[in-house]
Amino acid sequence: MNKTIGVVVFPGSNCDHDAYHAFKHVMNVNTRFLWHKDRDLEGIDLLVIPGGFSYGDYLRSGAIARFSPIMQAVVNYAEEGRPVLGICNGFQILLEAGLLPGAMLHNEKLRFICKNAWIRVENDQSLFTRSLKQGEVYDIPVSHGEGNYFIDEDGLKELQDHDQILFRYSNRNGEITEEANFNGSVDAIAGICNRRGNVLGMMPHPERAVEKILGSDDGLKILESMLDGLAVS
Amino acid sequence: MYKAKINVTLRKSILDPKGKATYQALRNLGLGEVQDVRIGKRIELDINSKSQSEARKVADEACRKLLANEVMEDYEIELERFENVTG
Repeated sequence: MNKTIGVVVFPGSNCDHDAYHAFKHVMNVNTRFLWHKDRDLEGIDLLVIPGGFSYGDYLRSGAIARFSPIMQAVVNYAEEGRPVLGICNGFQILLEAGLLPGAMLHNEKLRFICKNAWIRVENDQSLFTRSLKQGEVYDIPVSHGEGNYFIDEDGLKELQDHDQILFRYSNRNGEITEEANFNGSVDAIAGICNRRGNVLGMMPHPERAVEKILGSDDGLKILESMLDGLAVS
Repeated sequence: MYKAKINVTLRKSILDPKGKATYQALRNLGLGEVQDVRIGKRIELDINSKSQSEARKVADEACRKLLANEVMEDYEIELERFENVTG
């Protein structure tokens, strides 16, 4: 497939190379880095805002990155309906930029949590999840201190009414339990898209689970589904 | 010059895990009188404005656009006039 993935690099990004590796070396897709001072997104078919600690997460996670030069271009890109994927810190940046609704609070139990978690597919009709199956669970690493997704009741209802919740934390059997929702997110939300369906933010790291030798390659299925989405978009 | 002293706190409706942990520690300390703890951040801005209302406008814009995230946080601004001795 002749698509090009762009991975944005902020000072403090640290999953940029993971994302690059997953797309370029494991999936054999054209992939290039974009510096946070770049403004030109020409030729990019999927924009990835990777995880890490952009600008040291000063003030709030993602709050400073939102004002970096590339972000205006990212906002325009998203408003044209082109696909944007924010992972972890990338999700936080998309929230701060107003491209997705809600905000991130500190994990309920305050700890930084780094482990593998199960996530359940809630909607398999979206651009990003069309090759997945609703109700299926995937074993994906999480690694965050501020991943406790918050949105008010009206906002949650809107997400539900428009099928914008793509992933929720569950247990291995696909049950949504209090224990499985380890960070305290509203409605156990792990990933959402915007109303238009072209911007996805998720806390779990599919790009860190693309090779069996690293413990799980479930992330590959998620990333492949995103590429399938590009092929038809 | 005006100094804006800004307090950013989590909205009342939102559980404040840091405040809750600190509350528990204060209770453990024997300070049973403490009924609630909320933790926020304080930010100070030096603003070069001619009038207090102008300075408030600047501080308010700073809060709305960057310093606070109104999805989850409230802010309060206190202004104080001062002479800029360093010129």
